[in-house]
Amino acid sequence: MSRESTFSFTRWWGVVVKEFLQLKRDPVTFVMILIMPVMQLLLFGYAMNTDPKNLPTALIIGEQSQFTRRIEASLRNSDYFAITKTLDENTARHALAKGEVQFVVSIPVDFSRRLVRGERPAILIEADATDPMTIGGALSALQGIVESVAEKELTGALGHVRGTSEALSIQVHRMYNPEGLTHYNVVPGLMGVILALTTVMMTGLSITKERERGTMENLLALPVSPMEIMMGKIVPYIFIGHFQAGVIILLTRLLFRVPFVGNPFALYVATVLFIASNLMLGVTLSSFTKNQLQAMQLTMFYFLPNMMLSGFTFPFAGMPKWAQVIGNIFPLTHFNRSVRGVLLKGNDWGDLWPHLWPVALFCVVVMALSVLFFRRTLD
Amino acid sequence: MTTCQNTLAIDVQNLGKSFGSKKVVDNVSLTVERGEIYGFLGPNGSGKTTCIRLMCGLLTPDSGSGTCLGFNILRESTHIKRRIGYMTQKFSFWDDLTIRENLDFVARLFAIKGRKAAVDQTLEKLRLQDRANQLTGTLSGGWKQRLALAACMLHKPKLLLLDEPTSGVDPTARRDFWDELHSLAARGISVLVSTHYMDEAERCHKLAYIAYGKLMATGTAPEIIAAKGLHTVVVHGEHLQALSEKLDHTPEVEQTVMFGTSLHASGLDKDALLSTVTDIAGTGLYVEPVETSLEDVFVYMMHRSQNNLRLPQ
Ligand SMILES: Nc1ncnc2c1ncn2[C@@H]1O[C@H](COP(=O)(O)OP(=O)(O)O)[C@@H](O)[C@H]1O
Ligand SMILES: [Mg+2]
Repeated sequence: MSRESTFSFTRWWGVVVKEFLQLKRDPVTFVMILIMPVMQLLLFGYAMNTDPKNLPTALIIGEQSQFTRRIEASLRNSDYFAITKTLDENTARHALAKGEVQFVVSIPVDFSRRLVRGERPAILIEADATDPMTIGGALSALQGIVESVAEKELTGALGHVRGTSEALSIQVHRMYNPEGLTHYNVVPGLMGVILALTTVMMTGLSITKERERGTMENLLALPVSPMEIMMGKIVPYIFIGHFQAGVIILLTRLLFRVPFVGNPFALYVATVLFIASNLMLGVTLSSFTKNQLQAMQLTMFYFLPNMMLSGFTFPFAGMPKWAQVIGNIFPLTHFNRSVRGVLLKGNDWGDLWPHLWPVALFCVVVMALSVLFFRRTLD
Repeated sequence: MTTCQNTLAIDVQNLGKSFGSKKVVDNVSLTVERGEIYGFLGPNGSGKTTCIRLMCGLLTPDSGSGTCLGFNILRESTHIKRRIGYMTQKFSFWDDLTIRENLDFVARLFAIKGRKAAVDQTLEKLRLQDRANQLTGTLSGGWKQRLALAACMLHKPKLLLLDEPTSGVDPTARRDFWDELHSLAARGISVLVSTHYMDEAERCHKLAYIAYGKLMATGTAPEIIAAKGLHTVVVHGEHLQALSEKLDHTPEVEQTVMFGTSLHASGLDKDALLSTVTDIAGTGLYVEPVETSLEDVFVYMMHRSQNNLRLPQ
């Protein structure tokens, strides 16, 4: 009994061969696979504009003084910033690299004294500029806040250093994307969007097609287990996913000249996990659809909140808490962070890990669901 | 494992299945012996396909139980699927695969040893070697049927479930097909085959007739005919259509069936039937008693079940 119900490599391979042959003979799908990434990249290659609030900001304060307290209070009052932590320099940089904070504001030691002496001390603002849309509004607000605090504080005895332009300087470092190019953000984001859309849809369709054409009855009457069917069906699409990812990376380098500074192998692992998660999801969704139209609709139904809540369309940091919680379920959210992290920020394994395990977990859960929901009968 | 001490290939009791509020299979019990060709008859939509699907585990029955080759149809469908060949009513191989690819796929799923040889042998037997690389979707109906049958016999199953395997196949091919079925049965393979053709029904060892999901009769052809106690006369001549309409309104005549140049009229009382039909036919027509045929009985059962169903409404 147990021997009969175990996973058989031969049967699985039978399904894989069949799927490859069918794919080979389906020119429409083939063209779609080729054209889709190119077309979408070109279409979406330009920006979407928003002005998010409550951006996580780390504050490094070198001294406790009237002035720094004022700055902190003003930042807290402004709805642009959510002052999450006051950290030491190293942790703050790290948080910025991981995307946990959007800004690091540092006020150096001895700031007030040097201000009084007229030495023009500098406030340093480091901004994660991978998504320039996110920080544009906040950055100018930040400068305004510092200036107006200086304006108020530098009265009376300090009247002589009044006029911020002379009294202090604000240095802004746009990290990772110094020119603030929007397509640096949008183009890597598209990689996840395109992969998600095509892979979820294609596996969903390939199973629904069997149902629609009546071949499902034959497949179910043959001694092949749901696991063998599903695992066999996703193999060709793993290859297709790789192919699409390759095309997109190539285009982002050659056409949009987006940098690639991180660990390619880490990105590769993130990509494989992401593709797997989408394929498993496609399989699961197909358990609920009777025909190809429904499969498409269900794909879109899953895909739209993905677009909205993954940080692709709207900056993740600007979303309300509940939306962030939902967004964090989607593999796309994590994959977007991984791609931006590796391409733009030079992320390595350590930085990527927080974005890898949620996708792996998603895979496992969805795979369990797909086995659970797979319809073994025609009921 | 409860393998096969008994000689029954199929043994199901009280199977029931509804789709929505519609009872499609109603309390069906039947047994098929080893090496038996069992014919499954009934009008379209009577539940034959559903019954067959229940037996091989493709559908879960709402009620009832049973075994197929000694395996429980509710719990051991994996074992059943490995040992039976099921030919679906609608051709369900992959149109975008070639003939060889389809056979290869099936052979892999059954983990057949010496797959290539087995597939080659099948192609040869089908006389399809030349077309092995043709896409299955481009085959004509008859060839598709032959491919489907060959594919479901590739793993040498002990039991064949064939759902209207010869619909749309020419008479010669049908005769070849039935010769093949009999030689399989002689080797101990059991066959459950649904059909609409009377000549095929007569070639089965046993028959079951189903209408509106209910089994109306089971047994050998003579048993089924005898059980209904129906007597039949045949009328030869012209203008039989008008006569048949008249006879339909006569209480002694249960039913009439047109056969081209002759008309069958059946009733329960032999003498009353003969005299009534002779009276109404009048001169110029030739009336004589005949053996009641399977077709007469099937038409009779179909009408009866229709009337029964209509009554409650
Ligand atoms: N999956 C299904 N869902 C709903 N109704 C069905 C389904 N399969 C069959 N039926 C209905 O059940 C009845 C019996 O169908 P079927 O078993 O195919 O009959 P047969 O094979 O004798 O022609 C038909 O009325 C058909 O419409
Ligand atoms: Mg049928």
